[in-house]
Amino acid sequence: MAISDDVLVIGGGLAGMTSALAAAEEGVRVRLLSYKKSTLRNASGLIDLLGYADGGIVADPFEAIPALHEGHPYERVGVERVREGLDLFDESVGASYLGGHTDRNALVPTYGGTVKPTARYPVSTAAGLASDARPVLLLGFEALSAFDAPLAAEHLRAAGVPFDVRGVSIEFPKRFRADATAMRFARALDRDEPADDADIGTRAALVEEIKDHLDGAERVGVPALLGDEDPEEVRGTLESGLGVDVFEVPMGPPSLPGLRLEDRLYDALDDAGVRVRTGNPVVEFDPDDGYITTVYTDRNGQHVPFEAEEIVLATGGLVGKGVKSDRQAVYEPVFDCHVPHPEDRYEWFRDGAFDDHPFARFGVSVDRDLRPLDADGGVEYENLRAAGSVLGGYDLAAEKSGSGVSIATGYAAGRAAGECA
Amino acid sequence: MSSRTGTDTDVVVIGGGSTGCGIARDLAMRGVDVTLVEKGNLTHGTTGRMHGLLHSGGRYAVSDQQSARECIEETRILEDIASHCVEKTGGLFVQLDEDDDAYYEEKLQGCRDCDIPAEELTAEQAHEIEPYLTSDVKRAIKVPDGAIDPFRLCVANAADAERHGGRVETHAPVTDLLVEEIRAEYVVNATGAWAGRVGEMAGLDIEVRPSKGVMTVMNVRQVDTVVNRCKPKGDADIIVPHETTCILGTTDVEVDDPDEYPEEQWEVDLMIDELSALVPILEDARTIRSYWGVRPLYEPPDTGTTDPTDITRQFFLLDHAERDDVGGMTSIVGGKFTTYRLMAERITDHVCEQLGIDRECTTADEPLPGSEDAGVLDDYMDAYGLRSPIAKRSTKRLGSKADEVLETDDPNPVLCTCEAVTRAELRDAIDHSGTDLNAARIRTRASMGNCQGGFCCHRMAYELSPEYDERAVRESLDELYQERWKGQRHALWGEQLSQAMLNHALHATTMNRDRDPANDEEPGIEYGAFDAGPGPDAEADRSATAAADGRVRSDGGVSDDEKDSSENGGTGKQEESTRGDQ
Repeated sequence: MAISDDVLVIGGGLAGMTSALAAAEEGVRVRLLSYKKSTLRNASGLIDLLGYADGGIVADPFEAIPALHEGHPYERVGVERVREGLDLFDESVGASYLGGHTDRNALVPTYGGTVKPTARYPVSTAAGLASDARPVLLLGFEALSAFDAPLAAEHLRAAGVPFDVRGVSIEFPKRFRADATAMRFARALDRDEPADDADIGTRAALVEEIKDHLDGAERVGVPALLGDEDPEEVRGTLESGLGVDVFEVPMGPPSLPGLRLEDRLYDALDDAGVRVRTGNPVVEFDPDDGYITTVYTDRNGQHVPFEAEEIVLATGGLVGKGVKSDRQAVYEPVFDCHVPHPEDRYEWFRDGAFDDHPFARFGVSVDRDLRPLDADGGVEYENLRAAGSVLGGYDLAAEKSGSGVSIATGYAAGRAAGECA
Repeated sequence: MSSRTGTDTDVVVIGGGSTGCGIARDLAMRGVDVTLVEKGNLTHGTTGRMHGLLHSGGRYAVSDQQSARECIEETRILEDIASHCVEKTGGLFVQLDEDDDAYYEEKLQGCRDCDIPAEELTAEQAHEIEPYLTSDVKRAIKVPDGAIDPFRLCVANAADAERHGGRVETHAPVTDLLVEEIRAEYVVNATGAWAGRVGEMAGLDIEVRPSKGVMTVMNVRQVDTVVNRCKPKGDADIIVPHETTCILGTTDVEVDDPDEYPEEQWEVDLMIDELSALVPILEDARTIRSYWGVRPLYEPPDTGTTDPTDITRQFFLLDHAERDDVGGMTSIVGGKFTTYRLMAERITDHVCEQLGIDRECTTADEPLPGSEDAGVLDDYMDAYGLRSPIAKRSTKRLGSKADEVLETDDPNPVLCTCEAVTRAELRDAIDHSGTDLNAARIRTRASMGNCQGGFCCHRMAYELSPEYDERAVRESLDELYQERWKGQRHALWGEQLSQAMLNHALHATTMNRDRDPANDEEPGIEYGAFDAGPGPDAEADRSATAAADGRVRSDGGVSDDEKDSSENGGTGKQEESTRGDQ
């Protein structure tokens, strides 16, 4: 006998989790199937909504969204769903995120030394906003090669930021092996492990080291490694020791703010009564007269059936493997939904690294109810909706719209599925 | 002739590929005052774009036995003098069921005629060595092919030339052979496929016939020995294991211009389609990039070979005094990488004769820098605080220089995880190559693995600071990232397309390098138009609201700020009330 639910969400990233939460709000029975670690560990943890449109920077995404081209995921769901999705996000993450007090984007310093527009930001990054005039000290660690604080400070000055900024590199109070990542630093701070050369913990030792460099700075930025389990406490300890605000600069993978967000959302799923199954891929499904009745996951070679009234496909894009390709074609691997793409593989990209790459827009096309469309424009399956980066028609990297699209379409798909179920 | 220097020298060698570096070393070791000039990095041309095969000679044992003999002799020498550049992988000539028996017999006999050790293997024995070979294997011949790192070899030759008093000038393009900024008694043109171009400057007609070939790089080593298909000449018939990768090769198409030629999809597809017949898992394996090189083929005037595959691989020494009545210059053309040292020896003999110098060549006996003490590599497993796989690989690359490079009191993090390159090793490379990160890349292999620099290009660039300013760092990073992109374009499907999107997201989304306001001509951002934070009280208010009812906004509890901006946006709260009706 198959496990049976009202709504089945396939994919455990931001879009899938938002879908499941939105569907659960409709009072139906929801299950989420997630195969691999979500791509949130690769993401900065910032919630980009729309940072650039028509080649220019966007200060108010809600003004720019209605002007987006037909087929863009925001155009599909409409701006009100975008707002409602963000509302749901804000509810779900509570005080751990800021930015909901205004429609305007915030500019957050990146570890590449520049700034980027985003709509919601972890509270740990809030003191670093670039529209704040207070002087900044950026702090890097010699052993953490992905962030060079003096260089980032020089870069921010070149970007014309309206505040004084300096950067220094110091040694972290404890030495790790040559290939240690930010995770190892975070753990040392979580546990306040003893510093190498002193009888004090890493937190206190860090405060002592930073103090000497403050020199009038009113806020201190460090790479995002201030604790994994208890980041607020770690940051709080540093702030009270230093007497100034401390903020994190979001980093690349493995990204602590991304992982923390994942934890928050999993807690929200739990609170909402969503059943979560992880670790097994969906490998097969039963179609019946334009509907999908059952999907099967593979557990050690055993096919396990899951039945549902409504299904949300939130398996991710090229990175999350919700969209795949071979030398001949681009395809959606779970339900084989149509993915529009040029026939010639050499038309999938452009020659400049940051050119407008067609591959960045690969994904399924959908109707305004987010149902994937086949090559002729007909609905693939009546009870299947798609959300997040499995959708095509937008370039999350160039637009800075990845998280926003996941949240807005995840919300819209989950809510519609919940209503129909 | 012009270059950045204004010095005098006895001999100028033009071209910083394997041959030019080998000549510079040989001349310097014989006490000749030599300056090498190269328009780009060392290995800028063909040497940096080959498949890394150290030929046993087996490949030429039927068609070109003189080249074959030279290859086996030179391979033996390089295994000795350049041990830190060579991996003795061994090689196989694999005959499939459909392949011609007569050719196999000729190949075997040819190897024996040329003193190339050749052992016959049954299909079963071949599979024991390379389990991923197709089940269609009939039999195989085992020969002492190897893999060589051409970058490391050139750098070692150039370093040794300098150690013996020679000068090496990179990024010094030769623009004219008459302007006397470097005054030299003698000029050696060792520019390979570009020899015709340099010749033109002196009014000489040098008939090089550049021929392009593709090399497709896999993400892992599907094979650990060099695998050749045992059939007469053909495209896509060799797989060379190289460091962490395998390189599939190649095509052979004559081109007009060694700088400008099409890099074509059919060439990449051919590598995968043809070589999958030999090693079937290649069909679905991940390729990380493809690159092209041009062979510096030459044939004497009026030979008239039409198919470039048939043009001889032998080298030719063209004394322009004899040939063209232009004194003081010799060109070396044709030949192949494996025999670079022998070519250097011959031309150095010739130059010494012209200059009246009587010194024996010793390049076959003196080890290159890095290979002086072969045993030294074993001692580093726990040294320098490097975990053993990292230590193993960095000491293998650095050879006997490891001590000097890796000994540091400062933190020495791994910058490139794919290739296990630490900060100390990259900094050492930067000491030699400055802001040219592509030169640092070829010295260290940093950014040459699976991620093609997505996770490490910026880390590499940051090491340029504080010696170089922020703008220089930014420009170097852009250049390296673009160079890495160039090769990946030919591998954009499957896993590598997924990787490319991840890299794009990291560099564009997370770092915002694609829309970096620092690159704007005018200060582009009006910072005041953006959110400066909720203010000191908002954070507390917000968490209070969240804690009280668990809903922050959708209950209508909206701040003044928000009302204003939703009016501006023309949407917002009105829709909120209709939400339940839809």
